[in-house]
Amino acid sequence: MTGTHRSHGHPIGKGARLDALMAELMGKVSGICKGRGGSMHLADQSVGIISESGIVGGGIPLATGCAFSAKLRGSDQVSLCFFGDGAVNQGTFHESLNMASLWKLPVIYLCENNGYAMITSVAESHGQPDIAIRATGYGMPGATVDGQDVRAVFEAAAQAVTRARAGGGPTLIVANTYRFDEHNVGLITPGPPYRSADEVEAFIRDRDPIRLYRAVLLGEGASERSLSAMEEEVREAVKQAVEFGLQSPMPHPKTLPHFIFSSPPSNDGVSDTHKGICSNGA
Amino acid sequence: MEPDVRSDAAMAHTHVRMSYLDALVQAQLEEMDRDQRVVLLGEDVAAHGVTRLIERFGKSRIWSTPISEGSFTGLGIGAAINGLRPIVDLAGASFVYLASDQIINQASKLQYMTGGQIDIPIVFRCCMYCLGSEAAQHADRPYPLFMNVPGLKIISPTSAADIKGLMKSAIRDGDPVLVFEDTRLWPVVGDVPVDPNHLIPIGQADVKREGRDVTVVAIAGAILPTMEAVDALGKESISVEVIDPRTLKPLDDRTIMTSVAKTGRLVIVENAHRVCNVGSEIAAVIAEQAFHFLKRPILRLSAPDIHVPFSPSLEKDFYPTKDHIVAAVRRLI
Repeated sequence: MTGTHRSHGHPIGKGARLDALMAELMGKVSGICKGRGGSMHLADQSVGIISESGIVGGGIPLATGCAFSAKLRGSDQVSLCFFGDGAVNQGTFHESLNMASLWKLPVIYLCENNGYAMITSVAESHGQPDIAIRATGYGMPGATVDGQDVRAVFEAAAQAVTRARAGGGPTLIVANTYRFDEHNVGLITPGPPYRSADEVEAFIRDRDPIRLYRAVLLGEGASERSLSAMEEEVREAVKQAVEFGLQSPMPHPKTLPHFIFSSPPSNDGVSDTHKGICSNGA
Repeated sequence: MEPDVRSDAAMAHTHVRMSYLDALVQAQLEEMDRDQRVVLLGEDVAAHGVTRLIERFGKSRIWSTPISEGSFTGLGIGAAINGLRPIVDLAGASFVYLASDQIINQASKLQYMTGGQIDIPIVFRCCMYCLGSEAAQHADRPYPLFMNVPGLKIISPTSAADIKGLMKSAIRDGDPVLVFEDTRLWPVVGDVPVDPNHLIPIGQADVKREGRDVTVVAIAGAILPTMEAVDALGKESISVEVIDPRTLKPLDDRTIMTSVAKTGRLVIVENAHRVCNVGSEIAAVIAEQAFHFLKRPILRLSAPDIHVPFSPSLEKDFYPTKDHIVAAVRRLI
């Protein structure tokens, strides 16, 4: 799986350790990336998350390459590539979908369309706003699903996985969703608002996927008590993760050069360049 | 450039004479034989890139890509992360700019940004075309840009034996390695070890000619006019020590410093543009760490801060020539 700068939830869904994810957000040594990645770049190789790209569209070729390797090695792996409505206007989207289709690679391109690339709407940045129909141009299926509907997303993804494993190649899924908060914490956009307060309020009130799915489960006979117990369990797990992060030490400054290469450099010149501004002995 | 001259009869069994380009192909062939995970990707590679490799390995190991430098490079990086060891052939080094986002923002950084979880064993081949009226969009030598990026290794060997040994090391390396080949070196013939485990470690310079009076560091294709100049200077009894760094990053500062300690004079010759090039870095390191050995100022010869021209009359003296190098060395004596 590859994610984006907004992929906090995806690693949880893939089963990454909650405490190590939280510690990474705090820049701690116990963080999943040892404090080298941070909020926009959570990766957990142990559950198949190779990277989350802070460069919009940057992960699309990587996921395609993982699928390329899976195909060549005859593995049953399927790549899951998350990106947003902004990324589909990058060249990497076009180039990668073309190669994935050409070589029938086992990859799912999952576009989370929240309607805004930071503050620029789809209408203001797409020549034609239906992202899923672009798939036709690459010779692969494209589907739009309600991204707030847990089951609709699950079913679309499951179909794409089956197709990929059967050698049918890639699928583009566009999950329509919404960003409840701003692009980033503390973002202030000068000038007239790019979206109305009513729009935001209506989505939070009526279209929260967790609340919607809760209602579905209740309707199907799940008890209020069992759902509340599950929610309490999650709250407790998050609380413990926060506690773990707070208790963890920061990385030692001496460890700054660690992880630049897969094995420690043996060449003296390298260790000198790693010293950076200290190389003059200061 | 003179081939490696070794008259030992035993060499006949351990070495074979071949060109730089053949040695480069031989290195890939041996490594693809040795390791199933090594695959080749690039534009037209399956059509007319390397016939010997196609014949041996077929199209399942050698992939002709669409003209999508940015994304087939990224695809190679993803494949490296997920168990393959790709060689990405970017053909002309001027095309590496199209791929540079993936090389810099992904390949060079993910090992670090994931706290060491992700290995990216990948080789990027970039061929530099000089003196062929290619004009400015096909003749760049962009290695200095990539030297400013942590997490990358960069090699630029100049002999047939060196390209074989370093290419093999690059393919076996666990990290991204950029290979900058000056295409004028492709026909240069030399004695190449037949040993399939002939490896030259990344990060080791080689003294190509021993001398007493002046140290000349020659980068990539600049070795050709440098050797001509050194031969001419020898007739004037000026003894020049020639160092080929072979690896541009990490630079083998120590070998250069050892030579400067002996000669006290340093000329750096290369074909990249003048501002912030390899010569700038070497000059800075020597000024910082070996200033007391210097008897004269350091001289740098390079292409000017002007784009590569089309017209042969403009390109002829664009890169340092034998005469430029002879004059520079004489200035220091």
